Amino acid sequence: MNIPYTVEERPDTGLANGKLGIWLFLASEVMLFGALFSTYIILRTGSVEWPHGELNVGLGAVNTIILITSSVTMVMAWASLKLHNWGRHRLYLIGTVLLAAVFLVNKYFEYADHFARGEGPSHSTFLAIYFTLTGLHGLHILGGIVVMLYFVGPGAKMWKSNPDQFANRIEYTGLYWHFVDLVWIFLFPVLYLL
Amino acid sequence: MHSAPPIRKYIFIGAALLVFTGITVAANQLHIPIQWVAVTIALVIAIMKGSMVAAVFMHLSDEKKWIYGTLLLTVAFFIVLMTIPMFTVMDTIGTPIHPPAAEQPRH
Repeated sequence: MNIPYTVEERPDTGLANGKLGIWLFLASEVMLFGALFSTYIILRTGSVEWPHGELNVGLGAVNTIILITSSVTMVMAWASLKLHNWGRHRLYLIGTVLLAAVFLVNKYFEYADHFARGEGPSHSTFLAIYFTLTGLHGLHILGGIVVMLYFVGPGAKMWKSNPDQFANRIEYTGLYWHFVDLVWIFLFPVLYLL
Repeated sequence: MHSAPPIRKYIFIGAALLVFTGITVAANQLHIPIQWVAVTIALVIAIMKGSMVAAVFMHLSDEKKWIYGTLLLTVAFFIVLMTIPMFTVMDTIGTPIHPPAAEQPRH
């Protein structure tokens, strides 16, 4: 089946369907994380005390640097395709996957440290919202890794058959990935610093 | 987007994001005693960083009106979502309209 408007722009929207689709998906994601941030505000303003210094700020900052760097490599992966540099594209995309994996490894050590001290989600209200927010964010990182690995592996052959559509797919993956980075940009100060 | 991607701009924004992350952590180390000042500084920097990611990496500075329309609607609903917690503070159900009369001193 031939899906229309995967590369060419629709006359009414001026956009390829995938582009509008990914933005509508991201809009729903804003509401998903927004609901949890709203929950955080209710819990925090309603509590008599709120813990400070419970989390490892150094590890959180390192993870922020990792995600920002991965956003740069992701946009460079797309830009390399636009410049018809396939080798650079592969390098940047694989780099993004590796950075995402390092982020999750750091998160694993952080979680393991909490559980070793008996600080699970049921330990306190703060840890409950911390594990919910960072857990959901971590699942998004995992989802991003799966999609990027697909484009590193079996999905890469589209570059030969339909390079414009492949570039669009990488652009949409990038939009998702930058959103995941954007969420962390707010999660880091809210959970680790304030 | 048909023009060549602005590679230098991407690297510059990436570097700026790292600098702002450093500023956020450094500001936290100052241990500002007034809570609302600390919250404001952290959130202002986060909003600046988020805007840079959205404008440059997500190309929102140069998009079609359908994308802006979608985001405008999202922002409106997001504001509603963030305002909902205020109703929990404003809730007066169960609060007596007239305060209970002060107990008379016993003789």
